[in-house]
Amino acid sequence: MTAVELPGVDTTPHPPDDHLVLDVRDLRMRYGSVDVLHGVTFTARRGEVLALLGPNGAGKTTTIEILEGFRMRSAGEVSVLGSDPGRGDERWRARMGVVLQSWRDHGKWRVRDLLAHLGDFYAPYSTARIRRPCPVDELLDTVGLGAHAGKRVHQLSGGQRRRLDVAVGIVGRPELLFLDEPTVGFDPAARREFHELVHRLADLDETTILLTTHDLDEAEKLADRILILAGGRIVANGSPDELSRRVAGDAEIRWTRDGKRFVHSAADATGFVRDLLRQYSDAVQELEIRRASLEDAYMALVYEEESGVRAGAATRMWRQGSSDR
Amino acid sequence: MNPTVAAVRAGVQRGVIELRNTFTNAQDLWNYFFPTAALLTAMFFMRGSTVPGTSFSLGARTLPSALGMGLAFGGMLVLASQLVIEREDGTLLRAKATPNGMLGYLVGKIILMSTVALMSMFIQLVPALFFLDGLRVTNASAWFTLLWVAVLGLVATLPMGAVLGALIENPRNLGLVMLPNMGLIALSGIFYPINGYPGWLQGVAQVFPIYWLGLGMRSALLPDGMAAVELDGSWRHLETLGVLGAWAVLGLVLAPVVLRRMARRESGSRVAARRERAMQRVG
Repeated sequence: MTAVELPGVDTTPHPPDDHLVLDVRDLRMRYGSVDVLHGVTFTARRGEVLALLGPNGAGKTTTIEILEGFRMRSAGEVSVLGSDPGRGDERWRARMGVVLQSWRDHGKWRVRDLLAHLGDFYAPYSTARIRRPCPVDELLDTVGLGAHAGKRVHQLSGGQRRRLDVAVGIVGRPELLFLDEPTVGFDPAARREFHELVHRLADLDETTILLTTHDLDEAEKLADRILILAGGRIVANGSPDELSRRVAGDAEIRWTRDGKRFVHSAADATGFVRDLLRQYSDAVQELEIRRASLEDAYMALVYEEESGVRAGAATRMWRQGSSDR
Repeated sequence: MNPTVAAVRAGVQRGVIELRNTFTNAQDLWNYFFPTAALLTAMFFMRGSTVPGTSFSLGARTLPSALGMGLAFGGMLVLASQLVIEREDGTLLRAKATPNGMLGYLVGKIILMSTVALMSMFIQLVPALFFLDGLRVTNASAWFTLLWVAVLGLVATLPMGAVLGALIENPRNLGLVMLPNMGLIALSGIFYPINGYPGWLQGVAQVFPIYWLGLGMRSALLPDGMAAVELDGSWRHLETLGVLGAWAVLGLVLAPVVLRRMARRESGSRVAARRERAMQRVG
């Protein structure tokens, strides 16, 4: 099976790049006789925030676990921080952070003890550029747990626990951070605080972040680039804006004329409206133009992948996407 | 600083923190003291009976045997169950995500387990001295024997506990290991001498560390004359060294391989799957 003819996915070899933190080419994963990933290709530069979107079972977790070095791949070239994650040593491990979905581990530990303890493992990997680990009290304040430093972990609320997970993930000042559905169970305030934290990490520390989420709104807010994974392949790769603009061909125009409702989809919504108004001018009422949102783009792409239809909006999008370049 | 040294140091600290956590936790303290209290009660009522063929108190004979049993239990089963439980709750995955974290985790566990095992011995031994007579507690060579048997016992049982813990995927299957061990206690002459058992049963008992730990502890704390009612009529220190040493070698060879395999297979989705299963179990 070849997945390489997908336009918009760069398959030509390019020279090694110092700033390339993630370089994944034609990654394949097969469990028994079932292919879970059919040739996933993407890259991430230093300081970039990537959101990996996709329906359940699309292969998001498998992809992320391969990159974390927690799972062996079946085929493909993968470089994470310059090393093959299947052979990453502890020095390599020290440069990345993994935010795990904790459950009840270390319940008897005090928050501060746990963070300081895990931080100790990173001290030998401190460099002139990156001082490891993070000062614990500063970190606790950053994630909003300063007031809970002396509490036992099992006394924390769900949201507080997730923030502790994030703190554990970044205590070693990672250059690359993996976040698997980081805000599940957050209330809106915690979610906003978390988003600010992610921005701060990416902007100030130049941390590269790969996150998976089901929340499109969150992806739009956080990510520089969105990858949509469906059916084991990347079906879209671009900024949130690009993605929604690429299905802009499907902008929806609604209006009423003489008491009748009209709905029309047009690639060039502005041109269509211009013509419409020229033709009927005052008779057009309640004009409404709805541009495709990221959600529409996502739904269109995923639907097409899952139903096996490889025509329609997605193809249009690719065509437009490649002509953008 | 060398990363390995740093990890060992962090592991020692981990052990100390876990000790502090466990000794300030009511549930854990209950788990330590309740079996001790139960055993001491049993010995108290056995103090009047005598070991068959002697005039020595059966209670006083049970104390060292129970100390040996406690070591085997603490070393093997408690460590195994901790590994299974902490794999399920994600503690091990966290260690894996940390540079040299697995080394730190294991060092911490060894410190925790061996200290708890020795503490349990102590809280059993001290109160028992008040109502049991005939134990050799003022004798320096007794303490020396007690020490080497205890240390060798831990080296023989901890790695095997790690192997068991690494092989058991589902906490429910822990019972499968607990049960045979209960049977083994009955076979191993902890509460009553096994001289009357058929030879093949005695043979089975002598394959496992529990028997030898009990014997070793008895050799430390009982008067020399009591050796006469053991199998072969002797304390058999060389054999004790041999069998416990063989278990230690076996464990130390197997444990790194099995633990590495276990660590390699850990990932977020595996922990999530276990969590899912555990939730169904509870719900």
